[in-house]
Amino acid sequence: MIRVHDLHASYEGEEILHGIDASFPEGKISVLMGPNGCGKSTTLRSMLRLVPHSSGTIELNGTPLSALSPQELAKNIAYLPQSRSVPDIAVKTLVMHGRFPYLSYPRRYRPEDHEKVRESLEWVGLTDLADRKMEQLSGGQRQKAYLAMALAQDTDVILMDEPTTFLDIRNQFELLDRSKQLAKQGKTVIMILHDFEAVLRYADHVVLLHNGHVLQEGGAEEVLRSGSVREAFQVTPVFHQGEDGLHCYVRQ
Amino acid sequence: MNSSNRSSTANRSITLIAAAAAFMLAAAVLNICLGASRISLVQLWEALLSGPGTSAASRILWYVRLPRTAACLLAGSGLAVSGTVIQKVLANNLASPGIIGVNAGAGLAVAVCSGLGMYSAWVIAGASFLGAMIATFVVVIVARKSNASRTTVVLGGVAVTACLNAVTETIIVLIPDAALANVDFRVGGFSAVNHARLLPAAILILASIILVCTLTNELDVLSLGDDTAHSLGLRVGRMRNGFLTLAALLAGATVSFAGILGFVGLIVPHIARRFIGNESGKLLPFCALLGAGFVTICDLAARLVFAPYEVSTGILLNFLGGPFFVWLLLKRKDKHTK
Repeated sequence: MIRVHDLHASYEGEEILHGIDASFPEGKISVLMGPNGCGKSTTLRSMLRLVPHSSGTIELNGTPLSALSPQELAKNIAYLPQSRSVPDIAVKTLVMHGRFPYLSYPRRYRPEDHEKVRESLEWVGLTDLADRKMEQLSGGQRQKAYLAMALAQDTDVILMDEPTTFLDIRNQFELLDRSKQLAKQGKTVIMILHDFEAVLRYADHVVLLHNGHVLQEGGAEEVLRSGSVREAFQVTPVFHQGEDGLHCYVRQ
Repeated sequence: MNSSNRSSTANRSITLIAAAAAFMLAAAVLNICLGASRISLVQLWEALLSGPGTSAASRILWYVRLPRTAACLLAGSGLAVSGTVIQKVLANNLASPGIIGVNAGAGLAVAVCSGLGMYSAWVIAGASFLGAMIATFVVVIVARKSNASRTTVVLGGVAVTACLNAVTETIIVLIPDAALANVDFRVGGFSAVNHARLLPAAILILASIILVCTLTNELDVLSLGDDTAHSLGLRVGRMRNGFLTLAALLAGATVSFAGILGFVGLIVPHIARRFIGNESGKLLPFCALLGAGFVTICDLAARLVFAPYEVSTGILLNFLGGPFFVWLLLKRKDKHTK
């Protein structure tokens, strides 16, 4: 469980977050949503201490994140950034880097590190491509490799900044299905998503941001049906009950 | 995961590193034996066993060829490893100690020392390191503050290099008696090398290479990008500065005895990556061996090709490095347009 209280943070001298209060429960997919520039990425990056916050607290299971060393933080929170480099290394080497927080100088891998990496590669379905260069993979496969690295980190929390960007529709659903499985395993999954249909289908918990404030927090359907979405995005969500469940599309 | 694939990759890396070591050794033996006066392998062996003696072969070996070859090996490995580290830390394959102004910073420091009459090898090596470090951090800080693109970083380095070289040249003109006022220093070369000048630099270079080779995991994590490296628990700023300091130390120590040798730190990492890939654990030792052999072979060619005249090794390196740099730029352009 991550709890954010009265979080203020600035970027290049301008305050972006004006007192964010939100909770992100364990075993659930929490989605941060809101229009561009509302502070979603800044909130996510604050949880990693990539953006220093001027005031407020972020607690992980009751412990302030500020009390953790970078290594301890990395053992608790993994991160899938939106823009990732395509390093000129093998997939397995990338995934091995997920074990970095567990190694002390001179960082020699132990048998349990190899085992964890093997499990992670198997879980994302990249075992057969482990020796391939990252450059040789498709966008969806690269995303899986980074996800495997995050899994090898063996953390309770995984943060994903717009993980479906640049993925085709099949890979988007595959990634979201896998995220659902991770939540079922008890992990706290926090991601930024823009697509209302995906939010309705996959999010257990939604935090809607607008102009650096939390506009509404709650279940996906509750938040999407509220007037807050119209206020934040200037669009109207329309719901349709299909045979396979509730769907949501957007009308301007 | 296919374990046979893994072991064949490991075997290939070991074979390549062994081949680079053999290349370095062969280059060293050739550089010792060939020249205006030839030394046979038998004479070499006897002279090595008996230590410094009075025979011509022994004197040539111990006071000319051995220090010169050791200098080539150290300079090659130091600059190649420095270049690899700089390219990885800045995520910029066009960067190298010669191009971003590191060598020029070290060169200026050596010029200042010589101008002030400070000829202690330790003082020159230390000043050279400081000069290299200041130039490195000026380029890197300006690049970060201005969010400069990779090419702009290189152009910034070119500007810094031009300024620093202008000051160095001015010192050389104003104080012609300074020991560095020889062509070898300004373009890089090994004709003025001696044991005393080499020792402090050798200690610094070998210690730095060993240290960098124990930090290969950190270097690879750093090259994944700041956000990913931070999320893996790496203290990004501290490690980046540490690596740049080591790169400056390697380049600075080299300049203190070899002058401003260009392009080694650019050419060798590129060739090495083509053979062994980009993982630092394999790349750095391979680069160190390949760089050592490469500079030694270049020195041999510089001494033999125009015999009885001898051109500075740096001139030969510039002949190779200039076209190589243009080729790299064209390759990048192709990549962008595809």
